[in-house]
Amino acid sequence: MSKSFLILCTVLTAASATVTAQPTLRIEAANLQSSRPLQDQTGKAAIRDYLQSWQALTEALEQNRAGLLEADFVGSAKDTLAATIQQQTALGISTRYQDRSHDLQLVFYSPEGLSIELTDNVDYDVQLLDQGRIKTTQHVRARYLIVLTPAEVRWKVRVFQGTPR
Amino acid sequence: MIVRWALLLGGLVVAMAQLAHAAGGSMGLPKTIEAGSSFSIQTPGSGNASLYIIGIGQVLKRDVQLGQIVFFAAGSLFNAGHYLAVLAGDSSTETESFDVVPANKPSNLSFLAKPSRLPVGQPDGISGAVYVFDAYHNLISVPTPVSFELSSPSGTIQKRAAIAREGAAWAQMDSTALQGMDEFVVRAGDISSARVVGQVPGDPCGLKMTARQSGQQAVLVTDAVRDCNGNAVLDGTIVTFTETYNGSQSTIDEPLKHGIAQVTISAHNGAMFSVACGVAMGNQIRWEK
Repeated sequence: MSKSFLILCTVLTAASATVTAQPTLRIEAANLQSSRPLQDQTGKAAIRDYLQSWQALTEALEQNRAGLLEADFVGSAKDTLAATIQQQTALGISTRYQDRSHDLQLVFYSPEGLSIELTDNVDYDVQLLDQGRIKTTQHVRARYLIVLTPAEVRWKVRVFQGTPR
Repeated sequence: MIVRWALLLGGLVVAMAQLAHAAGGSMGLPKTIEAGSSFSIQTPGSGNASLYIIGIGQVLKRDVQLGQIVFFAAGSLFNAGHYLAVLAGDSSTETESFDVVPANKPSNLSFLAKPSRLPVGQPDGISGAVYVFDAYHNLISVPTPVSFELSSPSGTIQKRAAIAREGAAWAQMDSTALQGMDEFVVRAGDISSARVVGQVPGDPCGLKMTARQSGQQAVLVTDAVRDCNGNAVLDGTIVTFTETYNGSQSTIDEPLKHGIAQVTISAHNGAMFSVACGVAMGNQIRWEK
């Protein structure tokens, strides 16, 4: 009985973890300023890669490991996040970000096809830990500007910046 | 007099409401702070606490004595984004949020001009995309006027005005008739960024050859090969000479040297010579000894 209960709890916890790990996603109709038509497949790939970058960001800021940014971030976005991780490490703190929902809109596609910009009205939880002890947990609603540029096999985040919502 | 006092009081009420809106909670933080500006935070209460400023773009921490005002000097917080100010004391934690916004003055431009080289006479053939940043390399999200200017070797100047929205703007320009190097400049505020775009001759146009006898052979020579705008086609461009005789064909590919192509070919009486370069077909010559 107790073994079955444990298994059930494990399954439920895993299911719950899976559910919380998947943020809800809303994609607004693109409002592009561009002379270049954005192919559906290109837009989807950019959004997929951007959402994936949140996982990398979450893990990197929680574990204070800048190396985890390598696959998803490039340029100033990578430098800024790496600097944040360096500051966190120096201060003995870490932050846990958990994105809950994204409301995305593609807003710019450069004429030569080498950058895509999108906005994201994102809801996330952030937890502050100092020396491993939780100091606060907050729910945040913020708006982000994201510029992605193509790398060898995927889009990488080059600019990742919050703006007033 | 009564009306004047009423207006004054009304004005005071509005001003106080705006102040209350601008500075949200007990920490007295404004809702927005310009990147790199100094700011201060009130720390109500007494005792020791830690003040954290946390955001994806930057993290700060100060040990504070509650009841004091904590001052952050200019340049302390410079990455635009959404931040939380967390004041964690022994018994309570207070949190307020605020935004660090980019300065409105453009200081850096990320300008990409494509292509770096193209044929003359291409409508909308040159494109430029620019991202506008402030001094701390934050993308300026408020609409910002930018101008694009393409100067060609002939002295022609094309101008386009645009508004950078969410930090980005673009423009397209025509390549002009004259080969050479164009300067493509984008300006925002008092800064600019320039790129060089090479305009090369277009496809050959009006290809013409002549033939003369040299012993038992024929010498075929083109006139100077030019594009439709009169620019000399680049040396190295292949010209194909074809001889058709008695149902069979033989061809010779020859690169342009000093603007012309020349071949010496064993000629048969009654043979037909033709010449082509790229998409251009030249004249035909029937060889009669």
